[in-house]
Amino acid sequence: MSVSVEPTSVDASGNNPSEALRPHAETAFADELAALAAQDDRPRPARWRMSPWAVATYLLGGSLADGTVITPKYVGPRRIVEVAVTTLATDRALLLLGVPGTAKTWVSEHLAAAISGDSTLLVQGTAGTPEEAIRYGWNYAQLLAHGPSRDALVPSPVMRAMAEGMTARIEELTRIPADVQDTLITILSEKTLPIPELGQEVQAVRGFNVIATANDRDRGVNDLSSALRRRFNTVVLPLPESADAEVDIVARRVDQIGRSLDLPTAPDGIDEIRRVVTVFRELRDGVTADGRTKVKSPSGTLSTAEAISVVTNGLALAAHFGDGVLRPSDVAAGILGAVVRDPSADRVIWQEYLEAVVRERDGWKDFYRACREVSA
Amino acid sequence: MTGPDKSDARRGAGGEGAVSGGPLLLGVRHHGPGSARAVRAALDAARPRTVLIEGPPEADALIALAADEDMRPPVALLAHVVDEPGRAAFWPFAEFSPEWIAIQWALEHDVPARFIDLPATHSLAWQEKATGSPPPVPEASPEPPAEPGPDLSPEAAAQPGPGASPGPAVSPGPAVSPGESGNPEDPDVVKTHAPAGTPEAAAQEDALRIDPLAVLADAAGYDDPERWWEDVIEYRGGGTSQALKELGHNGEAFAPFEVLADAMGALRDVYGSGGHDRDLVREAYMRIQLRAAQREFGDDVAVVCGAWHVPALRQRTTVTADRALLKGLPKVKADMTWVPWTHRRLSRASGYGAGIDSPGWYGHLFSAPDRPVERWMTKVAGFLREEDRIVSSAHVIEAVRLARTLAAMRGRPLPGLTETTDAIRAVMCEGSDVPLALVHDKLVVGDVLGEVPAAAPAVPLQRDLTRLQRRLRLKPEALERELELDLRKETDAARSTLLHRLRLLGVDWGEPARSARGSTGTFRETWRLRWEPELSVRVAEAGIWGTTVLTAAMAKAESDAVAAEALADVTALAERCLLAELPDALPVVMRVLADRAALDTDVGHLAQALPALVRSLRYGDVRGTDTHALAEVAAGLAERLFVGLPPACASLDADAAAEMRSHVDAVHGAVGLLDEPREAGAEPGGAETGPAGAGAEPGGAEMELGGAEMERGDGEAARGGIRTRWHSVLRGLAGRDSVPGVIRGRSTRLLLDDVELDGDEAGRLMGLALSPGTPPGDAAAWIEGFVGGGSGGGMLLVHDEQLLALVDAWLTGVSADAFTDVLPLLRRTFSAYEPGVRRTLGELVRRGPAGASGPDHGGGAAPHGFAPELDGPRADGVLPVLSLLLGLDIPADDIPAQADALPAPAHNDLAFAEAS
Repeated sequence: MSVSVEPTSVDASGNNPSEALRPHAETAFADELAALAAQDDRPRPARWRMSPWAVATYLLGGSLADGTVITPKYVGPRRIVEVAVTTLATDRALLLLGVPGTAKTWVSEHLAAAISGDSTLLVQGTAGTPEEAIRYGWNYAQLLAHGPSRDALVPSPVMRAMAEGMTARIEELTRIPADVQDTLITILSEKTLPIPELGQEVQAVRGFNVIATANDRDRGVNDLSSALRRRFNTVVLPLPESADAEVDIVARRVDQIGRSLDLPTAPDGIDEIRRVVTVFRELRDGVTADGRTKVKSPSGTLSTAEAISVVTNGLALAAHFGDGVLRPSDVAAGILGAVVRDPSADRVIWQEYLEAVVRERDGWKDFYRACREVSA
Repeated sequence: MTGPDKSDARRGAGGEGAVSGGPLLLGVRHHGPGSARAVRAALDAARPRTVLIEGPPEADALIALAADEDMRPPVALLAHVVDEPGRAAFWPFAEFSPEWIAIQWALEHDVPARFIDLPATHSLAWQEKATGSPPPVPEASPEPPAEPGPDLSPEAAAQPGPGASPGPAVSPGPAVSPGESGNPEDPDVVKTHAPAGTPEAAAQEDALRIDPLAVLADAAGYDDPERWWEDVIEYRGGGTSQALKELGHNGEAFAPFEVLADAMGALRDVYGSGGHDRDLVREAYMRIQLRAAQREFGDDVAVVCGAWHVPALRQRTTVTADRALLKGLPKVKADMTWVPWTHRRLSRASGYGAGIDSPGWYGHLFSAPDRPVERWMTKVAGFLREEDRIVSSAHVIEAVRLARTLAAMRGRPLPGLTETTDAIRAVMCEGSDVPLALVHDKLVVGDVLGEVPAAAPAVPLQRDLTRLQRRLRLKPEALERELELDLRKETDAARSTLLHRLRLLGVDWGEPARSARGSTGTFRETWRLRWEPELSVRVAEAGIWGTTVLTAAMAKAESDAVAAEALADVTALAERCLLAELPDALPVVMRVLADRAALDTDVGHLAQALPALVRSLRYGDVRGTDTHALAEVAAGLAERLFVGLPPACASLDADAAAEMRSHVDAVHGAVGLLDEPREAGAEPGGAETGPAGAGAEPGGAEMELGGAEMERGDGEAARGGIRTRWHSVLRGLAGRDSVPGVIRGRSTRLLLDDVELDGDEAGRLMGLALSPGTPPGDAAAWIEGFVGGGSGGGMLLVHDEQLLALVDAWLTGVSADAFTDVLPLLRRTFSAYEPGVRRTLGELVRRGPAGASGPDHGGGAAPHGFAPELDGPRADGVLPVLSLLLGLDIPADDIPAQADALPAPAHNDLAFAEAS
């Protein structure tokens, strides 16, 4: 795509984007981006493809003056997107926090696509991410043949973003070892990347910024040092706000997954999905849906993603061992497994929830029974 | 006000416009810092000879107190009906309230200040009418005030008559419900304690009324009226006093008021009174007052009132029309005083709803000399540092930048509270809402507490107390004396209630004392009374909670409940609420209790809380209060205990086991009391099926949850009684090896006492516990749990020789070494028995095992002096007396059949007597 300075770059491998299993955001939504950029007459920060307002509109959806409808990419509080976009406009780095399955990566990809028109300057953080992934590496054949020079340098996505004033993305920042994380400090505060081997440096041009994502439930993985932390503005992406929104997300994903696994679609599944979502939400929030009773929260995250897997699992059970209809007994075991992570503490929490909340609830008798059976 | 004709004549003749040359009308938003600043600038520029302020005229005499150096806002003017302190209204003032600024300005410049709103005498009387059953339309409204008079000005003709939409006139006078209090036109008058039903009325009324700000904001394309007001009015001139001062020098100090007045005028042209019908009456009164002031001071008069009223004050009407509106207003005798107020009450969140979300932020905007955002961020940073968060200057810089950019992106002139809060969250709080909540609580709302000089008239609470003391003939005396109360008598019951309420308020006039007669009846109370002088101060302090002892105690109880940390504190509070007869406070307390119980992971806490709660439940029954909510919470608490108890009983050391045993006992006692009302309501068959099913699978409860066992077998039945579920928990405990012996023994015993186990089954369990493989210490602990602890265990052994034989056999089988180990335990167990029981036991044991006639119940070999078999006819002789004692009505021919069952009730009675 636009910035392939290296022949080894993935983009230049001749893939046809339209055939891709999952096209990049800037490809998939090229029309919307173009329409927004064309209509946008507000001031733009240097090297931004559109104004911060247009970026927020791109993410949150809306319709333009010429009638172009922008689909919402992120369904959630407007405030969050506004703070995120504004952060990038003030050349502060942005840290998106959230439990797994809260669309952190999704948001960061679309932000990069809207701001820089390119979401591929990506560093995937793992426990094995080396310093080269953030700074630069060497092409050893070149290095041996011609000695150290800029030609022998293999720039990282971050370095390329600095040189061209683009948005770099770092996924799972907290999984990166602490010493590697620290290389970001100079980049974020001085906006330069020294290359001591050549006695040179790369200075970030205006428009450069970094979006990092991290999982805030992974305590103790590699917590950010406070020095690094303070270079980021932090935005926490929340779990879906309403039960209906979450049921919708779960139902849609389950449907997609189910089709790819050739599971029959269950006719009455939606009730069971609603039930799973309700249980997850109540335990997660520590309060029942009607807001009247408090419950303890177990140690697991109980994210939307887990609800999806519980329902998918239940569908598979129903299809292969049941009568094809998703029943309480099909999801009960899955729920138990998701809730009870710590065998002693979580089990009591779960039992309490069953006795204090589920037992009393109208129409939940089957579910209660099924849960009692698997919990015993 | 006397002789209004002259002024009217002058006005009619002169025809001076109210806008130019007339009185200076300063329309404001109550508690708007920008308005306050603008008012000060306008007064400085105009230098009027008198200042008229929207507020009850009865408070004129109290204005001088505002200059007192002990007076520190936030404070409120409190008006209440003389004989009925419960009917009250508040007019709160913060340091940034325009009205307060106007008062201060007048006092500083030695200019008379007056309140010109409708007197509280009338508004409080309205309040009464509003709370009366069918809300009558105020007398005034049938005759439209805009009724064309002979010399009506054209402006007035444009005003639509309000008679068109009287609506249900349920408005409690000037008392404003929280929802609408943000409107600039309303006085911030709040009813202290809305009687039940008023919220609905208020909601209905909200729907009928228009919110002028919302209309203006909507016209400007804002969805949030507050934000529109802030952007347009409060943040004018950079939102700083410095900038505004410059405005004043340029002679533009009045510009904002004129613009706002025009906007409001346009609104009122369209909407008339906008559903606020009573405003017309109030405005008529204000006009009359304004004319009187003009007669005295000419046009050098400044009026500070809600912006909504400005057009009405400009409007020219006849005195006659105004008088007509005011004719026949209801009246009550009202009294006024200053009371301290808090920022928390200024905020909406508290439910008092004087109208603003963020008094702390407004206070900051008002007091910051310049650069309000920078100063605010610095303040927040300082606060967070105190809370041990690392916040550097770099954070502050970035937060300010982010707030500014956000404001620009959202198209606002200056970062408002939303922008600063977003910035603080993203930069200083690492995206977390937890420290942010603290910032909100401590800074945005703030802890500021006002002060009122001692010279202010007495608070109504004190008067209410005096009244009650007189009525109940309880004189405050410094001398200590004892007071015996018989709660069956009405006066005594009222006295007890009063003393309990005062105790809740921290006014410890009476201390509950142990009765000299040693009576334990629930209808008798003994108090030690002593009135210390500082109690008057306490009463004054408690005045913040309410205007009567009842409402204050209720508010205090609710606040205490929310603040309470331990679960037991909340249950104790529930008990006190019942004693003090505060059923209305109970829902809040119960709610807190349920929440605390849900989150408390310590079974011990729950076990401590349950008995107190059940006690309250019983006591509530005595007093006839509705304890439905209490019963529900108690049942919920019991459920949680049942779930939590079995895991909590596993692997405990001796001390912890002893403590847990006492918990088990306490819960058992509580469950016994709790069960009755529920069982009565539940399906009758439920409780019976349980035990039967349980007997079928006795020792098999080897699971994580004892309580789970039988329910799967017989789920429907188990839904029945709490007691049934408790029994299954006990059964689980009794059969689990990981549970300490003392608890297992105790559980077995409790089941036996409740006839859930028969003697054989108990014998089997005891045999298991005492079998040779069991470590002797463990077995001894089991025995202690089973028969120890002064719970009538000795009598059990005396009567059931089979069990005694088991104990005896085990004891004689213990090896010599082990015997020294278990001796202290056994001694502790048996030494608690009464001497007679001990002696009988000794005799039984000396006589040797009852094996002579086999293991039959009530074995053959009788102790010395007894026949081997029961002598039926002789035993029957005692039955009439027994049935008389127990209050049973047993037909004579049934008596012999009861003979066998007798021992069991005897155990129960003993256990009950010990427990109680």
